[in-house]
Amino acid sequence: MENINITSDLSEKDEGAEIQISIQDLYFEYESTDDSPPKEVLHGVSIDIRKGEFVALLGHNGSGKSTIAKHMNAILLPSGGKVYVAGMDTTDDALLTDIRRTVGMVFQNPDNQLVATIVEEDVAFGPENLGVPSAEMRQIVDDALKAVGMYEYRRHAPHKLSGGQKQRVAIAGIIAMRPKCIVFDEPTAMLDPRGRQEVMDAIDRLQKELGITVVLITHYMDEAAKADRVIIINDGKLLTQGRPSQVFSHIDMLREHHLDVPQPTELAQYLREMGYDIPEDVLTPEECAKAIMAAKKN
Amino acid sequence: MISDITIGQFMPGKSFIHKLDPRMKIILMTAVIVFVFLAKNLMSMGAMVGFVILSMLISRIPLRMYFKGLKAIWFLVFFTAALNMLYIKGEHVVFEYKSVTIYEEALWQSGFIAVRLIVIVIISSMLTYTTSPTDLTAAIERLLAPFKLFRLPVHELAMMMTIALRFIPTLLEETEKIMNAQKARGADMESGGIIRRAKALIPILIPLFISSFRRAFDLATAMDCRCYTGGKGRTRLNVLRYRFRDVFAFLLVGGLCYGIIYLNSLAPSLLVR
Repeated sequence: MENINITSDLSEKDEGAEIQISIQDLYFEYESTDDSPPKEVLHGVSIDIRKGEFVALLGHNGSGKSTIAKHMNAILLPSGGKVYVAGMDTTDDALLTDIRRTVGMVFQNPDNQLVATIVEEDVAFGPENLGVPSAEMRQIVDDALKAVGMYEYRRHAPHKLSGGQKQRVAIAGIIAMRPKCIVFDEPTAMLDPRGRQEVMDAIDRLQKELGITVVLITHYMDEAAKADRVIIINDGKLLTQGRPSQVFSHIDMLREHHLDVPQPTELAQYLREMGYDIPEDVLTPEECAKAIMAAKKN
Repeated sequence: MISDITIGQFMPGKSFIHKLDPRMKIILMTAVIVFVFLAKNLMSMGAMVGFVILSMLISRIPLRMYFKGLKAIWFLVFFTAALNMLYIKGEHVVFEYKSVTIYEEALWQSGFIAVRLIVIVIISSMLTYTTSPTDLTAAIERLLAPFKLFRLPVHELAMMMTIALRFIPTLLEETEKIMNAQKARGADMESGGIIRRAKALIPILIPLFISSFRRAFDLATAMDCRCYTGGKGRTRLNVLRYRFRDVFAFLLVGGLCYGIIYLNSLAPSLLVR
């Protein structure tokens, strides 16, 4: 499969900013359990993620996007190539704790991430592991819960919360470790629309207000549309990357790789095919409405 | 719904007993249970019963909750008391009919045994009613800390207890989901003999086990991501601290224990041994 490359025009606003995670020519294969040859999942992926950036990682099931994410805080180690987190080599065992407190990770199922029977104790789990003095802990936990809007629930039992609330508690648990970057591995996949909205709002706030770098793996194109940069992974290779408006304008290429585009973009394309004068880089319903209005006036 | 079952039966409240340090509560309640076995005459047993009734009132837990706890052991109390009554021999006969002879000593002995059993149940329910599972786990971790010297994995045990408590409601919910799914496929779990019903559980247990392993794997990864490396160097959000009320409670129970020994010496023992 040829590698369509439109990487020349990256999100220019972050050009030159410090590189936080650097994935260099990453190969990865799962060890086989029997005699069959090991299954290679990633074949030479290189990605640089800059400080404060919001990057969305897209790809259909089995494309290797989650595998890439798990390399970002040393849950998986490369079979070939290198991964650097803030300059630290992830294969260096001595740096493991430092790497994991720099890059936090939130997973799909909120139930399987919460450890304690009370919300605030769960949020404190990370700082407790890092040996933060008890006197400072209270403030850290309260701040983290406020950042995701779950402070009022601090004394609740996790199993009594809704999916969106549980996921926000899980996010607070990561924020409490004061990471520079958080990787979200399909955080909204198991949530209802309301929970999805809550979690996306929380992620948005983290990036904009706390300046945390966000890497979001998702199936939902409307979530990816909010990112500064979209990276598309296909069959363990980087297919393309660029600003969302840029990437999503290649509708035919995305379809070919079984990926959706945001609905407003799709609508805009149909209208364009019908002869209306609508730009290609329409992402949000608002943009779409404006473009239609403009086309109507002409 | 099965997921409504409360774990540890904790009933939140603001009473003096609720507010005691959980470590102190465990120590003092153990002392009370030990001393109910040392009370040997009416005066000392009276003091003990008075103390227990007083604590029940102070705990502000509805009395019916205590009786609910006792329900399960009524039979045991009755049975032990009856056996003791029939088999213990003494000097003063109270009642005689054919081969059945009941002595005065036997009556006292069975009465005391019944009171002891009831006190044990009441005191241990009081502990679980007034202490949250989290506090209980933290207290057990701290109280067992000295056993680390004997290589007892105290932190790991406490962590296991916390995770178990955390996942019981989740797994109950999951069991219910699986049961409904199997019922929807025509599984019959309510009819048939015991063997048939046990067999009907297999299609529920297998999915439950598989999903539990998956959860365990996910949780382990999530804990790794949060820098968990075992108990070493860990700090805690809520540090347990003894306060004035703990000292007060300690003196109170200490007084009771001393009182029981003293009252025992005032009158002869009513027990056979």
